Amino acid sequence: MTPALRELEALFPRGLLRQPGELVAYESDALTAFRARPLAVVLPESHEEVAAAVRWCQKHRIPYVARGSGTSLSGGSLPVEGGLVIGLNRMNKLLRLDPKERIAVVQPGFINLQVSLAAAPYSLYYAPDPSSQPVSTIGGNLAFNSGGAHCLKYGMTSNHVLGARVVLPDGETALLGSESLEGIGPDWLGLFVGSEGLLGIATEVTLRLLPRPEAYHTVLAAYDTLEKAGEAVAAVVASGLLPGAMEIMDSLAIEAAEAAVGAGYPREARALLIVELEGETPQVEAEARHLERVIRDSGAYEVRVAQSEAERMKIWKGRKAAFSAVGRLSPDYIVQDGVVPRSKLGQALAEIERLSERYGLRVANVFHAGDGNLHPLILYNGRVAGELERAEELAGEILKLCVALGGSITGEHGVGMEKRAYMPVMFTPADLEAMRRIRRAIDPLELANRGKMFPGSEAKPLSHGPHPLEKAGVIARE
Amino acid sequence: MQHRIDPEKIGPQGEVMAHAIEACVHCGFCLPACPTYQVLGEEMDSPRGRIFLMKEVLEGNLSLEEAQPYIDKCLGCLGCVTACPSGVPYGELITSFRAYSEPKRWRSPFQKVFRLGLQETLPYPARFRAAAVLGRLARPLKPLLPPALRAPLELLPEALPPTKPLPALTPAEGPRRSRVALLAGCAQQVLQPGFNWATLRVLARNGVEVVVPQNQVCCGALALHTGERARALHLARKNLEAFAGDYDTILTNAAGCGSGLKEYPLLFRGEPEQDQAQRLAEKVKDISVFLVELGLKEVPPLPHPLRVAYHDACHLAHAQGVRNEPRQLLRSIPGVELVEIPEGELCCGSAGTYNLEQPHIAAALGERKARNILATGAQAVVTGNIGCFAQIEAHLKKLGRPIPVLHTIELLDRAYTGQAPVPAAPADP
Ligand SMILES: Cc1cc2nc3c(=O)[nH]c(=O)nc-3n(C[C@H](O)[C@H](O)[C@H](O)COP(=O)(O)OP(=O)(O)OC[C@H]3O[C@@H](n4cnc5c(N)ncnc54)[C@H](O)[C@@H]3O)c2cc1C
Ligand code: SF4
Ligand code: SF4
Repeated sequence: MTPALRELEALFPRGLLRQPGELVAYESDALTAFRARPLAVVLPESHEEVAAAVRWCQKHRIPYVARGSGTSLSGGSLPVEGGLVIGLNRMNKLLRLDPKERIAVVQPGFINLQVSLAAAPYSLYYAPDPSSQPVSTIGGNLAFNSGGAHCLKYGMTSNHVLGARVVLPDGETALLGSESLEGIGPDWLGLFVGSEGLLGIATEVTLRLLPRPEAYHTVLAAYDTLEKAGEAVAAVVASGLLPGAMEIMDSLAIEAAEAAVGAGYPREARALLIVELEGETPQVEAEARHLERVIRDSGAYEVRVAQSEAERMKIWKGRKAAFSAVGRLSPDYIVQDGVVPRSKLGQALAEIERLSERYGLRVANVFHAGDGNLHPLILYNGRVAGELERAEELAGEILKLCVALGGSITGEHGVGMEKRAYMPVMFTPADLEAMRRIRRAIDPLELANRGKMFPGSEAKPLSHGPHPLEKAGVIARE
Repeated sequence: MQHRIDPEKIGPQGEVMAHAIEACVHCGFCLPACPTYQVLGEEMDSPRGRIFLMKEVLEGNLSLEEAQPYIDKCLGCLGCVTACPSGVPYGELITSFRAYSEPKRWRSPFQKVFRLGLQETLPYPARFRAAAVLGRLARPLKPLLPPALRAPLELLPEALPPTKPLPALTPAEGPRRSRVALLAGCAQQVLQPGFNWATLRVLARNGVEVVVPQNQVCCGALALHTGERARALHLARKNLEAFAGDYDTILTNAAGCGSGLKEYPLLFRGEPEQDQAQRLAEKVKDISVFLVELGLKEVPPLPHPLRVAYHDACHLAHAQGVRNEPRQLLRSIPGVELVEIPEGELCCGSAGTYNLEQPHIAAALGERKARNILATGAQAVVTGNIGCFAQIEAHLKKLGRPIPVLHTIELLDRAYTGQAPVPAAPADP
């Protein structure tokens, strides 16, 4: 054992993992196309232990990655080969809940859904609701600025975080933000949220809680084409309504969700649109009448309204299980995460359907329609020769389509490892250089989550060959 | 998840394991449902981690010894199966993997004797009874014993109830509505023979004739779940014979035995009796499901109202998907107020011989369960499995708050026979 490791062992008499059988379990996040073996994993239980681990990395120049529940779909919590993984899941306490101030202070490993459960007795809740909310941590949500179905109305994680205590890459502690919405000085917290673990590790987070809406009105509309469902979204928005959530699932996603949780969706539908209104009862009632007209005119062939909280939960359970449930339909799939302007949704979906036919691969669509945030899931079987390559090519085509329609190639799953190579499509070299300079000002050695987010030579190439966009000549790696 | 496992090389269970691994998309939705992940907070002690470890072993990238400690810590509670949106048949994976790895692994002579002792004792009521008596006598020696032997002693009851053989046939009272065969369970017959007698009384009262095939043996779940496939097969073959009669329904009143019988098709995969095993499995029903389908005869009210917490046995809720029926039965007893236990989906740590092999985790889970039960303010706990029963009783006692623990069927029986459901001590405020 090297002296450095002995030092680490002294720092973490419990909570240090070194054996192959231990490390192998940490090799991937939810994107298993990438794997890397870390040098070690530490599981700190306090702010001080996190700081000690970071200082150890600094001293020995060892890169590190923070990890919450490892549900990142972009390789964000993928270890750096030979680096340290700092697992925060044992720091999972609720430190304070103040119903009067409507805030909750949690450790970074606290699970998203648990915040709302803890706040429920006070009729409060935490609004950002990624589908992974039963498992993903507040720390991970913060780092990826996670979104969810209800972010259409309430905004992403960044709109709900008031403050954070963080360990900076030099091992020093900083307090970002405050307990109120009115901060003074530069918005350091704003810079930190969404920085994908590159600017430090959050060890305590102050969250804003909202009063639970008095009433919900959840509508399930079935369509015979995906395109019509997409156009319905634009129509709802054009009508002046601002629903809490608007989600679309196509027939494959419906099939998978039904198999997983039996949500009671109309199975034969080609597309389902879920629209949820929420707020004060009289307002919701008035909006519901308005919505009914819009949906009727949009060509839905069946419309159902949730009659009870249990029915509403069932509708959402199906939607939220859909991603993983697609694992029932296919041994492998690629999750894409692109954005198109809302008005172009119908067009994008029709085009994806054509591409799917042309490539002979099934594409399941389940996505945050209200935000124009697409999640095409491309199904393939890695054991059939050539299918993976075809799937990647198709993924590339879909992303090119998003760009061509005036959208973007990043949604909410973070850049991480997977989308590094797309950054030059989104940003000019000058933008990227500015970001790099900020990073180096805070972390000159680039130890924190090294190799992620920025296109560069540090990181291993994609484990399954060049990215489709690279092959298509849209982007290039430096 | 992609893998490079060659099922051919592994044998009849290879396909089962490869399929399960393929279905896992590594999403982590199972993490919050896993008791060992909750207690230990380490990825390799989570379902997702274990699946990955098994994959690595089967692909030949990781030695069995490296993976074994984490596979061993799995309770087999199947909480992960309920939580998994992708439908990963984790139970089939872990059972097959244990069968695959057991012959290949190294065990210390002490472990071997200890395991053999358990396997040769627990499934046989007469031997178990004898051992339990010996064990009680050995209690004063406890401090001198190795820790692995202390745990089983702690779980032994103060006194063993008397046993009386169950009648081969119990006729229905009044017009016969149905005829069933009953699996009597092995450990249960020694520790809580009252469960079976209550079962017979409730069934008879409801017009059901009950046959207890006299040549039945332990279902073999204990052996199967600890990787002793040959032993499990040996026992299961005897049961195929014992239950070959003309029964529409084979009833179990112990969750673990019920799911054990339902696993026969997996156990007999590739064996000549495969079809027979399938047919048997299809007839197996938990007593609660059977009674709800049959429709209970009116239950008289309890002498005084009772606040009851129902504990979901993993092998009912997660393995057999039976959650509503026992609750429905309890609600049909006038005077019962049913309350839900926080973290109800989390295993109590009993899990077969787990509390003997992994006493620390089992104890942490047992205490957590007991605290959650007490938090409900219940006056009694009801469950449908002997293992949970013993574990919960022991941990309530340890916390100094020994509220009564009952089998679902016992409470029903007491209501029917007009006995006080629990000793009439006043409830805690
Ligand atoms: C089935 C499924 C559905 C999903 N649905 C959604 C969705 O609807 N919306 C959405 O936005 N995402 C979704 N995701 C992606 C993922 O769940 C989110 O990105 C989530 O925020 C990650 O949380 P985590 O705790 O798993 O973090 P991890 O995956 O462990 O880490 C994610 C990133 O955060 C960093 N990090 C972790 N903790 C800290 C900390 N304390 N301080 C600083 N950096 C830290 C890591 O280094 C890494 O870069 C989904 C994922 C899956 C598998
Ligand atoms: S929930 Fe299912 S698919 Fe997801 S990691 Fe767990 S076992 Fe795998
Ligand atoms: S069976 Fe239970 S202990 Fe084993 S991995 Fe699944 S949830 Fe965890």
